[in-house]
Order: sequence, then C-alpha cells, then structure tokens
Amino acid sequence: MTPHTVSGSRGLLQAEPLLFEIGDVHRTGVDLPAPKGVDRLGGLKRKAALDLPGLTEPEAVRHYVRLSQKNYAIDLGLFPLGSCTMKHNPRLNERLARLDGFADLHPLQPLSTVQGALELMAELAHWLMELTGLDAVALSPKAGAHGELCGMLAIRAALEARGEAETRRRVIVPSSAHGTNPATAAACGFIVDEVGATEDGHVDLEEFKQKLGDDVAAVMLTNPNTCGLFERDVKTIADLVHAAGGYFYCDGANYNAIMGRVRPGDLGVDAMHINLHKTFSTPHGGGGPGAGPTVLSQALAPFAPVPHLVRRDDKSLALIEHADDASSAPFGRMCAFHGQMGMFVRALAHMMSHGADGLKQAAEDAVLNANYVLARLKGHYNAPFGDQPCMHEALLDDSTLRANGVETIDLAKALLDEGYHPFTTYFPLVVHGAMLIEPTETESKRELDRFADVMIALAERAAAGDSAFFKAAPQHAPTRRLDEVKAARQPKLRWKPEEASARAAAE
Amino acid sequence: MTTKFTKDHEWVRVDGDVATVGVTPYAAEQLGDVVYVELPEKGRSFAQGADMAVVESAKAASDVYAPISGEVVDVNDALTGAPETVNESADDKGWFVKVKVANAAELDALMDEAAYADYVKGLD
Repeated sequence: MTPHTVSGSRGLLQAEPLLFEIGDVHRTGVDLPAPKGVDRLGGLKRKAALDLPGLTEPEAVRHYVRLSQKNYAIDLGLFPLGSCTMKHNPRLNERLARLDGFADLHPLQPLSTVQGALELMAELAHWLMELTGLDAVALSPKAGAHGELCGMLAIRAALEARGEAETRRRVIVPSSAHGTNPATAAACGFIVDEVGATEDGHVDLEEFKQKLGDDVAAVMLTNPNTCGLFERDVKTIADLVHAAGGYFYCDGANYNAIMGRVRPGDLGVDAMHINLHKTFSTPHGGGGPGAGPTVLSQALAPFAPVPHLVRRDDKSLALIEHADDASSAPFGRMCAFHGQMGMFVRALAHMMSHGADGLKQAAEDAVLNANYVLARLKGHYNAPFGDQPCMHEALLDDSTLRANGVETIDLAKALLDEGYHPFTTYFPLVVHGAMLIEPTETESKRELDRFADVMIALAERAAAGDSAFFKAAPQHAPTRRLDEVKAARQPKLRWKPEEASARAAAE
Repeated sequence: MTTKFTKDHEWVRVDGDVATVGVTPYAAEQLGDVVYVELPEKGRSFAQGADMAVVESAKAASDVYAPISGEVVDVNDALTGAPETVNESADDKGWFVKVKVANAAELDALMDEAAYADYVKGLD
C-alpha cells in the first residue's frame, strides 16, 4: 500500500525497514582491535565477512524501539481478545520472580540447596488442589496442551491398569471444544467422537447419552465452554460418563471464570489442566512461557507423572525423579526437569497477594465485566445464544450487519483505527462470523464504557450502510489492510537481497 | 449420473462404481477464500462420515467428511497449488477425491439436489 508520506512514517510513528535493509557487513556498533598474536584457528579462519547486517548502536536501538511502538500491549490499553482469559501481569510477581534465590536456580542443584524453591512448589501444589478440590497435581506440564496430554496419559494409564486400554478407545469431544482437545486425544491414540451443541450453545445431552458405551475412555469438556457459557449439565455429564466406566477430562482454560465459586472436583472432574497464564496472572502469549499444572482425582492420582514432591521424616522436601522409585504407578514424566519455576513463583505470589476472597472476586469481576459488555452491545449486535448471561466472555456475531456488506473482519480492522486490539474473530467456529470479547477482571467501568461506545458507534455506522468506511479500514494503523488470502496462498517466508533491490529499483 | 449431498455440505457424484467428492458452492461461500486443501493419499479407505480431507480459508479450517465409504482412487492434486479453484468451481473443477464405492446403498440416505437446496434455505 502506498504510504501517505514521503518518509513512509505516519505522524510520529516511524517507518522501519528490516535489519538487512538498514545495515551491511562493513558496519558494526562496537570497535574492537584487530586480533594479535598467533592464529590458533588451525586454518579455519573465516575468509569472507559473515553475511549478517551490522548496525551502529543508535540504529539498533531505534530499530527495536520503533518495532515495539507498532505493537499493542496490555500496558497500553484494553485487550478484548477472547478465549484468552486474564492478561494482567502484576508487577509484584515480577519483582518476586527476580529474587536471586529463585532467579538463579539450576534444576540440577543439590536438593539441600533448593529447599525454599521446593517449599514454594509444595505450597503452590497445595493451593491448586485446595481450589480445585482434587487429590493430586502434576506441576511439570509446560502449557495448556501439555497439561491436556498429561491428563489424557493418566487416563490411558488408568485404563491400562484396569485392562481396558484396548477396548476403551473412544473420547467424546463437544463441537465447540478448543482444537487442542481432539488433537490431544488423537495424539494419545484415542478415537475422537464429536458431540454436537444445542441451539443455545450447550452440549447436546441427549446426543451425549447416545454416544456413551463400554468403549468410551473419556469425555473432554471445557467449562465454562468456548462460547463463554457455563455447561449447565456438567454434573450430569460427569455422572453419566462415570456410570459408563469412563473418565471426565475438563479443559481448565476458562477456570478463571469459576475459581473460588465452584470446585471442579465437586463437579466430578477427574483431570484438569490449569493454565497459570490464564488464571494466575503469569505472562501470556509472547511474554510466556506458559505453565499447565494438571490436577487429578483420586482415581487418577496413582498415575501422576514424576517428579513427585515428597516430605521426608526430617520435614525436608525431596523429589522422586524415577517411576521405579515411586510408591504409586506414574505413567512416566512430561519433561526433563520440574516445570516452569519462574511461573510457579509468580502464580503463588498472585494467590497469596489476593487471598481466597481476592481470587474469588477476580473470577466474579471477570464475569461481571463480560456481562456488562454483553448487556451494552446486544441491542446493536446479534447475541447468538439469546438472553442468557455469559461467563467470562461475551459472544456476538455479524449476522445483522452482513446485509450491509460489513463482516466481523471489517469491524476488527475498524477497531484498530480506534486504538484497540481486535476481539477474537471467527472463533468459536460453531458460530458464523463470531466476535468473542473478553474484557477481563482488570478493566474499570470507565474503560468498558469507552470500548462499548466505540463498538456501538461502529455498529451504527455499519447499519447506516457505510461499508466503504469499513472496507478501507484500518486507515491509521502502521500498515493498511494486509492481503491475508495472498499471504496464505503464496507465503514469502524468506527475505532475499535480490528481490529487495529489484523492488527498490522499481520504486 | 446422480449427485447427492450431505448435511455437512459435501457433494458426491456417482459414475459407475466411482464417486467424485467435493464441497458445495454454499460451503465454499461460507468458508470464504480457500487458502489450503489437505487431501488424503491414494489407496486409503474411509468409512462414511470419517474425516477425509481438510479445507482451510482465511477464516477457518474445516474437516471434509467422506460422504460414502470406499477407497480413494484419485485425488485432485491441482488444488494444492491452486486452492482458489474450490471457490471458483466448487461443484466441478474443485473436486477433492474420487472414491471406489464400497456400498452404493449408503447413497440412499443422502439428499438429492432439491432436498439440499431446501436444507440450505433453512440455514439462513
């Protein structure tokens, strides 16, 4: 797209080429003396310059600062992206994670030198079990899908112990499930069997009942579900699958909406991963890493993977690292070491700074904020599941605007011009033209109103038939609308100097 | 030659004992610009209703289910380099696979053209 300015910059937002287009092999930001003395490289000394761009220090600094300014961040404004849950990373957590005793740990240190860290892990494990009402927890899974794998491997191990691994192969997964659920079940060798949803966005209980049988290994259910709704039949589903001899895996990605209000163990859950980055404020997305501790019921606890934290007679903590050394029947281990220690520190800091009442309030505020947004917007956008309240995220669609030539993608681009990262578009797949909005627990009424005012103004503009405005959006973002179709069909994944110089010559 | 349709918007056209399978123009329109098609290998067999192929657009990725049981005898390799064919010619050049029909009786449960047109009308 042709820039509006000679420089390519937009106002004070600087245009910025690639490092390869700024620097060259003859420049460098540091001036080192030529090496003296005997060449000890044995004739392997580089003959030509390394083909990496050199930049002066100001060029390098400006490059990254300019790129960072094109970014949107939770520290800049409301982040309505749905199916993501909380986004806030309290500064207190960061300070504690940087304490030398935690930040400088090595996983191979002698146990006697890491008793504090082990105490922290034991404390975190205790509260995760307490909050969820379950009997064991594997801290080591590195993220949500890894936690799913852990839970499903525990289920498979339990079935093997019962001698039913060969006969119970089917895993029932609702159509609205996160894509990782069927992927995990398939990766564990199970056969995925999809169960549909009712008109109002819940699991179709009748269809579910028909799918039950003595070949069912488990059901994998997200609660609250991906449409932002609490599965009202969750307890019935748990009872039915247990009666049929199967297990209940709950995808805990949306646990932040019910934490402190209901214990998954009381709902009949056998295994659930907890995304520390979605519920306990550890960094999310590019700021990660994620962490996906997995809680297990009494039925699955014996199969929890190593390492196990155990308390010795002298009150000190030890780690059981090998399945052979355990008194139970671990299915194996999930990763080389012990999990994301830095995330454990942050998550426990979040728990302890909030307390039980604070964690419950965080869940309640997330739900309240989402319902406030839904209530303000549903007269202007279609709410596909009618008048029922939502949980932590509000689901709308573009069905009332499509006749005017405005789709979800166009609204998302127009939001960029208004200074917002868009909501989640076209997900969940079960709703055509979905817009999934998750304001989270952190936003004030003032921020929510500002966002809702923008959304309402855009809906009115679309209803008035100004589709040209939407198709031209974004006008003020660092780049205009990208050709997503061409990018997917003919991706250019590598920068090539000859193409860059040909383009420069053409301009 | 008869063409039959599934509720999941696949079409199947039977000529002798070979059935050609694709997705309907309605499905292609709902998906938007198709950017990627994943086809099964020749020689693989599928039961009716099993995941057989994947079609991906700028908006979404969807499974394509086998409308009838049988062995894949040919696949439309042209879609790999030109996925847009699914949008341009969903019911002809945009076919996905040819299947050797295992059980022709399975076709009876599928919709004919008029029934499918009614079904689609009911969705909007």
